[in-house]
Amino acid sequence: MPTPVNIITVRNLVKKFGSFIANDHLTFEVKKGEIFGFLGANGAGKTTAIKILCGLSYPTSGEVSVAGFDIYSRREQVKKNIGYMSQRFSLYDDLTVFENIRFYGGIYGLRKQEINSRAHALMQRLGFEDARNKLIRDIPLGWKQKLAFSVAILHNPKIVFLDEPTGGVDPITRRQFWDMIYEAAHDGITVFVTTHYMDEAEYCDRVSIMVDGKISALDTPENLKLKFDAPSMNEVFIKLARA
Amino acid sequence: MRRFRGFVVKEFYHIFRDYRTLLILFGMPAIQLMLFGYVLTNEIKDAKIVIYDPSRDVVTRKISDKILSSGYFVLERNLVSVAEIEPAFKQGDVKLALIYEPGFAGKLEKTGKAHIQIIGDASDPNTANMLVNYASGIISNYLVSMNSKKVPLQIIPEVRMMYNGELKGVYMFVPGLMAMLLMLISALMTSLSITKEKELGTMELLLVSPMRPSQIIIGKVFPYVFLAFIDACIILVLGKLVFGMPLLGSVFLLLLESFLYICMALSLGILISNITNSQQVAMMISLVALMLPTILLSGFIFPVENMPGIMQVLCHLMPPKYYIIIIKSIMLQGNGIEYVWNETLILIGFTALFLALSIKKFKVRLA
Repeated sequence: MPTPVNIITVRNLVKKFGSFIANDHLTFEVKKGEIFGFLGANGAGKTTAIKILCGLSYPTSGEVSVAGFDIYSRREQVKKNIGYMSQRFSLYDDLTVFENIRFYGGIYGLRKQEINSRAHALMQRLGFEDARNKLIRDIPLGWKQKLAFSVAILHNPKIVFLDEPTGGVDPITRRQFWDMIYEAAHDGITVFVTTHYMDEAEYCDRVSIMVDGKISALDTPENLKLKFDAPSMNEVFIKLARA
Repeated sequence: MRRFRGFVVKEFYHIFRDYRTLLILFGMPAIQLMLFGYVLTNEIKDAKIVIYDPSRDVVTRKISDKILSSGYFVLERNLVSVAEIEPAFKQGDVKLALIYEPGFAGKLEKTGKAHIQIIGDASDPNTANMLVNYASGIISNYLVSMNSKKVPLQIIPEVRMMYNGELKGVYMFVPGLMAMLLMLISALMTSLSITKEKELGTMELLLVSPMRPSQIIIGKVFPYVFLAFIDACIILVLGKLVFGMPLLGSVFLLLLESFLYICMALSLGILISNITNSQQVAMMISLVALMLPTILLSGFIFPVENMPGIMQVLCHLMPPKYYIIIIKSIMLQGNGIEYVWNETLILIGFTALFLALSIKKFKVRLA
């Protein structure tokens, strides 16, 4: 549910690796509560930008504020207010479902009772009660993905960054996963998502498309399709990438 | 603190759920100690000898008795001719041959001179050398006791080996083994466990979380400090109980120095995991760049003094060398910190250097 409040503001963000410019003067905002699709071909500079927004790397120049905090001076605050899920659904294979939840809750400083009650609610919602004490390596990939997402928003962050969260799972699981994303957005969490699947781009409130380190389009999927006179986001993307 | 505790608990789960890690952690010290203790020993015990004694008189018999009762030698058999000597060696087991000249006692009585030939099997030169020395030592001892009435003036050098009177190998390899195993466990295990998180992608998640990088690293390293410490104790106790390794100095100081050495090795492990992102590379670096030099260049097996100049310089760059010096000094000589502060400072210096390099490398990656 998008609101007019900006939760991420990026002004003239530049990131250089030597002479290579990975992010070339990016400027955009993300509204509180929206699902923001961050698209681009491999090597277009998506990962670099997402790393900067998450505080994993510093920009070469430009202003960036995330969750209302400047990423240079208020990094700690930024980190407390964001969640992150990578394309590898990073959970510990040799820990059980509950131990993973407890661990990630723990590193965000949640109290024991809080972790227990949230873990309980989470497993009930996902229908994982029976898998509570199963090792992660023994549960199916789709479950891992749902669990990784639930863990990323366990501490009720203002923003959750999803880096290609649906890679390698089947279409039905993907659809279910998007239901979870909508739910989170409904609860007021801003979702910043990168993806390769253009059908998923249609589910976003707004999408930005990066080509060669620059943002070459940013609007709602409907407006983009109108503007580029294309029947689907897939067409939009191809037109942009070839231009 | 709550975050940190949860982190350490998780780390212990990783360790205790992986039987291979457990095997390396606790099986290795025991196995290595037994291997080095029983197999790689260079002490002489019950070496087989043959004796050719054509004179068979009081003196030769006494000398033979002395040699055989020394504990170093056992009689394989008495030979009946000189021609049998070589076949006896060739059969393999015989390490030493003792040959008296005919009419030994008579010649000694008349001329004051008689000959014994000692032949060693120098296909193993170190052993042969030692055996020959032992045998001639026993013989000259006997001579001295015989002559003491007749010859008034004699200079008899009495050699005494300080701190390791019986030249026991165990006194050398327990410190060496501690240096090697603590290095292996601390550096290898930490670099593996950190690179594992990188491979899994969980390191990214940890870095995105509000935990500081330093907290993450300390949390990962902490269990290994603890486990390496237990290992040090296992080696010390086994060394003492099974091999009778003495511990003359302060146990507290010894453990403190071991703790310092463990920290040094851990910071090296952190540095390694900062250089690479893969467990395999971390393992290769640890094994090739840490294990081999520790064994070869630290003075553990080969004396540093005998190496060519450039190698000696390299030896001085090996942190385990200083740890070995320290623990030998404490265990065998009973020295206090006033004798080992120099080496202690060097170890502290190494630790600081490795940590500084890791931090620098980490910052470069973040920027």
